Amino acid sequence: MKVAYNEKELLKGLAQNDKTAIETIYKQNYNMVQALIINNNGLADDAKDIFQEALIVLYEKVTTGNFELNCQIKTYLYSVSRRLWLKRLQQTNRYSSDLVNTDQIVAVEEDMEEHQKKDEEFEVMHQALATLGEPCKSLLEAFYLQKRNMQDIAADFGYTNADNAKTQKYKCLMRLKKTFFAKYHKGDV
Amino acid sequence: MQDNKDLMMLDSVERYIKGEMNPDERLFFENLRKTNSEIDQMVVEHTLFLRQVNRYAVRKDFAANLNDIHHKLENAGTITTAANQHTGKLVFLWKKYKRVAGIAASIAGITAVGLSLLFNSVAPHPKDPQVKELVSKIEVLDQKTKNLDQKIDHVDNKATAAANSNASGIDINARYNGTGFLIDGKGLMITNAHVVKRSVNIYVENNKGEKFKAIVLKQDPARDVAIIKIVDDRFKPVASLPYGIRKTASDIAEPIFTLAFPSDKMVYGEGYLSAKTGFNGDTLSFQISVPANPGNSGGPVFNRNGEVIGILSAKEVGAEGAVFAVQSKYIFQALDSLRKNQLYEKVKVSQKSTLNGLDQTVQVKKIEDYIFMVKGD
Repeated sequence: MKVAYNEKELLKGLAQNDKTAIETIYKQNYNMVQALIINNNGLADDAKDIFQEALIVLYEKVTTGNFELNCQIKTYLYSVSRRLWLKRLQQTNRYSSDLVNTDQIVAVEEDMEEHQKKDEEFEVMHQALATLGEPCKSLLEAFYLQKRNMQDIAADFGYTNADNAKTQKYKCLMRLKKTFFAKYHKGDV
Repeated sequence: MQDNKDLMMLDSVERYIKGEMNPDERLFFENLRKTNSEIDQMVVEHTLFLRQVNRYAVRKDFAANLNDIHHKLENAGTITTAANQHTGKLVFLWKKYKRVAGIAASIAGITAVGLSLLFNSVAPHPKDPQVKELVSKIEVLDQKTKNLDQKIDHVDNKATAAANSNASGIDINARYNGTGFLIDGKGLMITNAHVVKRSVNIYVENNKGEKFKAIVLKQDPARDVAIIKIVDDRFKPVASLPYGIRKTASDIAEPIFTLAFPSDKMVYGEGYLSAKTGFNGDTLSFQISVPANPGNSGGPVFNRNGEVIGILSAKEVGAEGAVFAVQSKYIFQALDSLRKNQLYEKVKVSQKSTLNGLDQTVQVKKIEDYIFMVKGD
């Protein structure tokens, strides 16, 4: 079946961060999710948020090595977006009854739980980095996120040599780990 | 000393986890790990930490990627941002009861008209005091505008004094300078009207020192907004701009930043929105608290999402830190009047910023290529 093959290719592309694959998925599904949100008390900006979060859920799923989706990408994204939007409505007290749209949906509870956990972890790291202050934040981001080498970083941040930068990085890292683990263990994630 | 030892230990742990050790080193470290539980614990903990950092990095990248794609598709018209529709239910109700509502409305209308007719014929006619009040209000406004103009002139004069930089490459002896920023990929730019009003020839210069000829398309001296256009073959159009222009007003205390050319170098300024109105309560502009110098005029004022919320325009003499900016909605008004010209009927300006959530350094890096020095003779 050609369709199924294409879908699998797309998911593989997504897992490998292939820009054309992501763009294709985006193109094929955005308007559908936007219609869902707009028809249910949402704004265009909400639609963008929800759709992108749904894509992150799918991305997390396929990057953990599981390309096997037991439904079409479309159905999956729709179901996840729907759940996310219901949750958002509940949080903002805008929830009235069930969503107006009743297209085909699949069960995504497990994936949602997994996503929520990862989302919390992401938030913990984000907060820990944010409270770190400069230059620590930029220094650690340069090393761990942008994966640049120490010589480069030393030159950029105005340290006289890589060893000095390393010492500074170490101090920053210890602070980050402390705040991170304090929240990480407390949140029991 | 202890610090140094810890540093080396953690460094080794990290290299071990990342697989950067050579086989001998690795063997030695593994033995150490087996015999020393403290080191083993360190490896376990750091592995977990690095995994979290990695996940964080991957997700952040992916989210940024998605934003880029969204912006690109939106610009290409592949996905269309729908107009907001509030509730499906409401629309349904409206359709259902449209006729009833219509009848009710017309009854109400007829009653109202009848009542007011009755009222008018009975009540005495006062001698238009309200009109007079309006006239005096207009006079006050006039005075205010004049005051503002004086301030602007003052900034102008200062700018003239500062602007004696040479204009090699393009044959203009620049006497006025300010800042301007692109609002579309094809070379349309916004600056202050007072920056260009006395000049016959103008050119713009970017951060890299490249100069381009430009012309003034539209000037609105009352609002101090001017639209200029780069008309130079060497200027390469860009597909889309990273920032958008905000149509609605911003709130007090919102953090803002500015990029402008008070000298030959681009200067970054940081502050906050301090009042929703400008000099003497002028409602066209707002007040910000940010360091500004002559030459900053015409520069964009960004909020933290990377949206342009205003155009830096004037500084109050004698009051430190009181700087005024024209509200960005007047950019749209100026554009509306520009669209009356057939050549520019289809000019489009994005309200969407792709810089949301990025670090300030990254935001500035993405923006800086689109901010120009504006010079005129």
